[in-house]
Amino acid sequence: MTEQAQKRRSMIRGGLTLIAAAAFYEALARSGIFAAALLPTIPTVLRTLYAMILDGTMPLHALFTLYRVLFGFFLAVTCALPLGILMARFKRVENFFLPLTSALMPIPSFSLVPLFMLWFGIGNLTTILIVFYAASFPMLYNTWTGVRSVNPLWLRAAGSMGADERRLFWKVIIPGAFPFIITGMRQAFLRCWIAVVGAEMIAASDWGLGWVIFDAKEFLNADIMLASLIVIGGIGFVFERVVFGSLERFTVYRWGMVRMAKG
Amino acid sequence: MQDAATIVMPAAPAGTPAAERWRALARNAFPFLVVGALWEIVAWAGLFPRQLFPTLEEIARALVELTLNGILLHHTAETIARLLSGFALAASFGVAIGMLMGRSRRAEDCILPLVSILAPIPGLAYTPLFLLWFGPGEVSAVLLVGFVSMFPVIYNTWTGVKAVKEIWLRSAQSMGASDRRIFRHVILPGALPYILTGLRLGLGQAWRILVAVEMLAAVPWGLGWLIFGAREFLNTDAMMAGVIVIALIGLALEKFVFQKLEHYTVVRWGMMGRS
Repeated sequence: MTEQAQKRRSMIRGGLTLIAAAAFYEALARSGIFAAALLPTIPTVLRTLYAMILDGTMPLHALFTLYRVLFGFFLAVTCALPLGILMARFKRVENFFLPLTSALMPIPSFSLVPLFMLWFGIGNLTTILIVFYAASFPMLYNTWTGVRSVNPLWLRAAGSMGADERRLFWKVIIPGAFPFIITGMRQAFLRCWIAVVGAEMIAASDWGLGWVIFDAKEFLNADIMLASLIVIGGIGFVFERVVFGSLERFTVYRWGMVRMAKG
Repeated sequence: MQDAATIVMPAAPAGTPAAERWRALARNAFPFLVVGALWEIVAWAGLFPRQLFPTLEEIARALVELTLNGILLHHTAETIARLLSGFALAASFGVAIGMLMGRSRRAEDCILPLVSILAPIPGLAYTPLFLLWFGPGEVSAVLLVGFVSMFPVIYNTWTGVKAVKEIWLRSAQSMGASDRRIFRHVILPGALPYILTGLRLGLGQAWRILVAVEMLAAVPWGLGWLIFGAREFLNTDAMMAGVIVIALIGLALEKFVFQKLEHYTVVRWGMMGRS
């Protein structure tokens, strides 16, 4: 009962803060201290968002961005996942790729944008490759760590029970490394989502949420910028909560299994 | 030959420390030699115009030239200054807000909704907005880097303060510790591993977006700007030199800051585990 009351009070307070913040913003926007073009009122922003959704431009921008980010992400997963497993299983692969990885990992993906623009031009290819670059390293690193941290006891137990190399791989190593792999995917997607917005801003094409924000700046359309910001935040939130939230529940569940097996 | 060393390694672990070190060096250098050779072959084969795909000698020459005439140094210094000032903003505000949220239920209820709305938006998406409000240049760049890297610091500090065991607080209280002493001697050390993790994540985030911010914010100096400006004149060699310096700074951050912090954090974790 008290727990319930506590929770309700938290929600009321949270709601009040949001209303207060919105009211403060609205007052600032209407006071005319700043130019209306720079600080549009909330109804203006919502109206712009609504209009852009209705005339189909906003969904199209979002689709372009999603296409790039998902394409790059899946490319990164299909390359980095096998490589990470190979690195963890074979010493010679690790010896070759680990120094390269640790040299390339600290380069922020954005610093490659101008270079990729020169090589691949402006548009989808550059953006997808930047997303690929941004996503690969978290994926690779986590897979590598995950496979290496599979409890050696399990391997030996499965081996002594007569599991062959293939069964060992599919039944022990992959499930054991799975929590790490999912963590890697989650981190990789977060990086991707940042990278795609940045890459679209710099390597401007005609479509994409990042491009729309940056283009709107040229015309001082702060309402379009804020509307796109809402869409970007919304999509990020949905992926974080719906896609990776359910994945994480799965991970937590697996972690629980791991703990139980160890204890 | 390097490859042979790799194979021999596990079979003959015994050896003088010096020979061991040489072998490790050779093993680490080997992949770079292979990639460098491939790069050289592609550059000389002329698959791409030389202007767009310079040879390693040209890149090295650009690196040396830009270093000798001090341009590269100036760019680097400005970038690091920007990184540090942005991160200092993030660290001071982030730790303060996180502490407040962890200690006061009311502050937590009020601030958490705002933070959870603002945090998931990718930092760079704020860039044009900041440029519009604060004008292009230094102020926008530093504020943006600080604003974006603040969120991991807030989250981790908040979690850390909440993770301090209730029983420690109560035992300190029953032994008559004042609020200030409890804060300094119980809450702060207890939350420190989390805070350090937050700072590490924040610095990483700041570093990742700084380069892009420099490209977009029209700052007069900075490595991001160097790369972006060089593109206009097809100076691919200068661009590659800039990327190399960026990689070196990132590597130095990794080696001298993150790993040190992580080590320290792990040590603290160990302490917490024992007690």
